[in-house]
Amino acid sequence: MYFAGSYDVIVVGAGHAGCEAALAAARMGCKTLCITLNLDSIAMMPCNPSIGGTAKGHLVREVDALGGQMGIAIDNTYLQSRMLNTAKGPAVQSLRAQADKKRYQEYMKHVLETQENLTLKQDEVIELDVKDNRIVGLKTKNGAYFECKTAVITTGTYLKSRIIIGDVSYNGGPNGLFPANELSDSLKALGISLRRFKTGTPARINRRSIDFSKMIIQPGDERVIPFSFMSDNIDRVQIPCYLTYTTEETHKIIRENLHRSPLFTGDIEGVGPRYCPSIEDKIVKFPDKERHQIFVEPEGENTEEMYIQGMSSSMPEDVQIKFYRSIPGLENAEIMRTAYAIEYDCIDPQQLKLSLELKFIEGLFFAGQINGTSGYEEAAAQGIIAGINAALKVKNKEPLILDRSDAYIGVLIDDLVTKGTNEPYRMMTSRAEYRLLLRQDNADLRLTEKGYKVGLVTEERYQRYLKRKKAIEQEIERVKKIVLPPSEEVNDFLRRNNSSEIKSGIHLYDLIKRPEISYEATKEIDKDRPDIPFDVAREVENQIKYDGYIQKQMQQVEQFKKLEQKRIPEDIDYNDIQGLRIEARQKLSKIRPQNIGQASRISGVSPADISVLLIYLEQLRRKKGE
Amino acid sequence: MFIDDTIAAISTPVGEGGIGIVRMSGKDSLSIAEKIFRSFKGKNIRDMKSYTMMYGFIIDPKTNEKVDEVIISYMKAPNTYTREDIVEINCHGGVVAVKKILSLVLQNGARLAEPGEFTKRAFLNGRIDLSQAEAVIDLIRAKTSESMHIALEQTQGKLSSKIKDIMNRLLGILAHIEASVDFPEDDIENVVSSKIIKDSREIINDIEYLIKNAETGKILREGLNTSIVGKPNVGKSSLLNALLEEKRAIVTDIPGTTRDVIEEYINIRGIPVKIIDTAGIRETEDIVEKIGVEKSKEYIEKSDLIIFMVDSSRPLDDEDYEIIQLIKHKKVIVVINKIDLPLAIDLDVIKSNFKEENLVFASINTEKGIEDIKQKIEDFVFSGEVKSKDIYVTNVRHKDILFKAKESINKGIETIELGLPLDIASVEYKDAYLKLGEITGDTAAEDIIDRIFSDFCIGK
Repeated sequence: MYFAGSYDVIVVGAGHAGCEAALAAARMGCKTLCITLNLDSIAMMPCNPSIGGTAKGHLVREVDALGGQMGIAIDNTYLQSRMLNTAKGPAVQSLRAQADKKRYQEYMKHVLETQENLTLKQDEVIELDVKDNRIVGLKTKNGAYFECKTAVITTGTYLKSRIIIGDVSYNGGPNGLFPANELSDSLKALGISLRRFKTGTPARINRRSIDFSKMIIQPGDERVIPFSFMSDNIDRVQIPCYLTYTTEETHKIIRENLHRSPLFTGDIEGVGPRYCPSIEDKIVKFPDKERHQIFVEPEGENTEEMYIQGMSSSMPEDVQIKFYRSIPGLENAEIMRTAYAIEYDCIDPQQLKLSLELKFIEGLFFAGQINGTSGYEEAAAQGIIAGINAALKVKNKEPLILDRSDAYIGVLIDDLVTKGTNEPYRMMTSRAEYRLLLRQDNADLRLTEKGYKVGLVTEERYQRYLKRKKAIEQEIERVKKIVLPPSEEVNDFLRRNNSSEIKSGIHLYDLIKRPEISYEATKEIDKDRPDIPFDVAREVENQIKYDGYIQKQMQQVEQFKKLEQKRIPEDIDYNDIQGLRIEARQKLSKIRPQNIGQASRISGVSPADISVLLIYLEQLRRKKGE
Repeated sequence: MFIDDTIAAISTPVGEGGIGIVRMSGKDSLSIAEKIFRSFKGKNIRDMKSYTMMYGFIIDPKTNEKVDEVIISYMKAPNTYTREDIVEINCHGGVVAVKKILSLVLQNGARLAEPGEFTKRAFLNGRIDLSQAEAVIDLIRAKTSESMHIALEQTQGKLSSKIKDIMNRLLGILAHIEASVDFPEDDIENVVSSKIIKDSREIINDIEYLIKNAETGKILREGLNTSIVGKPNVGKSSLLNALLEEKRAIVTDIPGTTRDVIEEYINIRGIPVKIIDTAGIRETEDIVEKIGVEKSKEYIEKSDLIIFMVDSSRPLDDEDYEIIQLIKHKKVIVVINKIDLPLAIDLDVIKSNFKEENLVFASINTEKGIEDIKQKIEDFVFSGEVKSKDIYVTNVRHKDILFKAKESINKGIETIELGLPLDIASVEYKDAYLKLGEITGDTAAEDIIDRIFSDFCIGK
């Protein structure tokens, strides 16, 4: 053991959480070290080759708006891009891009390598050094001791991970990498409670062995909308995906071999995600479904590996070969990587504060899959917050806490910390109460100011944001002032758009509110319309068209914020409070909510308990005032 | 969970006394009152000075019908009990009017106060002394456990299973919309707007049915329909007079009903009871054959409760048997009167036709058994459905919730019919679900997600 240096922030792990955490801390001026098991696995995507998707796309945009890297990285390395849910409302439209896995990794690694204040190191962290309930340093396998003021643990699925392929199982990390076997014990020794989760990934098949003529081609969008608010036009040639389906034969093979599936023999103890079931799970749970969709997606431009989405499995390899080959187009499939399930240690996130700092060890933060989430985007979202808050801690500043009305990131962290999770947590738009406000198109309007305040958003990004914000506001103001006469030209326009005619003048603003009239279409009757960027036009339209619904949610948020702003002192002793029910007392003592709003979301805490708590706090306040 | 919206409640004891007060506290108190109040002299309520009163009428803004003649008093924050704006509506129509005014206030933006909430606000806003804090907590706890007790009983009741059924159907709509939103690329059956509208309408119908028929609510609004039946001279009139006690003054002839039948409202332990005294029929028509069986049948059918009187000093005769046949299928309290006289009646016949626990032995002339009869009436109203004096509040709460849930679903339909995307309508459906969840204790987010995964095969 030797003394290897002293850092403000040490990030353990360099996956999607680790990258954002390390970059955020370093960019905020902290001397930062990022340690990873393998430098070649920085920002690796061990499962699907894509970034974004419903609600996840929102998270990427939010990370970007705060000054994170994920959005820029995918804009630079995508193979195909699509906006999902375009037929639905603006709040649930989400971007998803197929990623060139290797290029994405390479890109991100280089960003980390060239980042000022950031040191990258390949090693395995085996023990945390905690003194007086405060993190002071950590030890590595190679014998180094690093001193630190704060640490962010982002070990993903590596802790004591086990790979399961049918009756074969062994200790191993994702994608053939080594697991981290020692850190779990150090965490346990510190009193951190661990649990075991499970996830899985499908096979990768050589493109040359696939017959695409039997599949349906899935092209990208004609107009690519970038993830990052920093990207302008990012159009380039896109690579298609393909759609095929399972067959009766597939289902038969799986049913006949169920006795060899560890999910049903009980060899897997970890809890898997319901939204990401293995193919054998789907067939057992939905026996009436005649076929299941299978998407075949490219893993990169310089590889022939294709990802078989919809077919993750932990069946034995020989069964896998049979059922993959029962799918149209995959008859001669050459499996390059076998599908597997992976089990790993993660922590119970209810031990964390909303800042992602552990409640009982100062300076120790956790982010990503170790907190019981799943998904690259969920990891990045926590990573940037943990990185920011580790840096703010070093600077003795208040943490940045996004609430449920600020961002999906706020919903994600509040859910984890306040409610906990019994399965790998995935973000969904239905988890957000104020969905109409938390759109992917306005993430910058919601968050860039906050990112700027903490010192993560660059001046360049901030100026771009201000410019866009001003353009949106100006255009809305302009539209509000325009009154259209009931002229033949206007009524002709309305007729053509299947809208009712007007008999007296109408504000253009009110006309755009009509569902059948788009802002874009009104250009022909709005003679002085300035030339504004596409993204500004979209934002203007959304803000006008859904104004009534947005206002309603804003009123709800106002009420919500009042409870959120009622802080609960950190040293409160719930056993002192007469009138709290025992269950409420226990739950409150465990979660230690930071404000009344958070307390009210704990299951088992009733409105009457909240009333009692409010009265106690008022009592406390008045006593202090005396 | 809110801390500064406008709350309302009835602040006078329910069912007793000739006047009632509906109290509101919160910043919208005056503007809510404005929507439902018309000053007698055409004055604007907004011009009211603090600590003054105004005379006028409460009207239902939807129908413009007058509900009651009232006096409104206005107390402006911060010099009030809660340190918030307070408006009190003093009406004098008894139970029916107070209840109607409360529901108008709730429909126009107020929320029904939680147990102890006025006092809680008084404390939180610094109005009550620190030493009283424990008392406030006790009040909240006591009232909550009381209403929780009621809620618990109701969750086992019919109302609750009906509400759960409605919520389940709402959840089906929500889960389908949300699954298609969150998993657009999964193989999920298309959500069809017209199907959602059809399902929504059915749900609204069921909610409306519940609102109308929440049984105890109906009893409290219209009075428990009770008929006293029995052959002449068994003591029906004496019983009626005994039940009326000194409150005889409030007895009224309801115009428009058959002159010979008297409907009288009395208050038995807080429950308004409408008693139909069928005695009148007999006394005006002295021929036994012309009893007017049809008419009696009609009254018996309309009744929620029958008080069947027999004379224990006389054997049962054909007339008694005829009545027994008519009322067998109804809820009946059998009053066996005149037990101070020698027993001549065959009790076994009575016992074989009616439940033993519903028999009351009485001697009305000596006031024996009167309390037992009142107790039986009370038991009947509260049996298995609701309990204790909070019954009234609880039902107003349910009605308020049902009403607001209905409004939300209506808005959802409106949103879809306007051609707006389903995910926007789903916000309204979620509101409705959350509202109903206040009765059953369910919460939306996890329920929706659970339902998505159980209804649809989703995943990569």
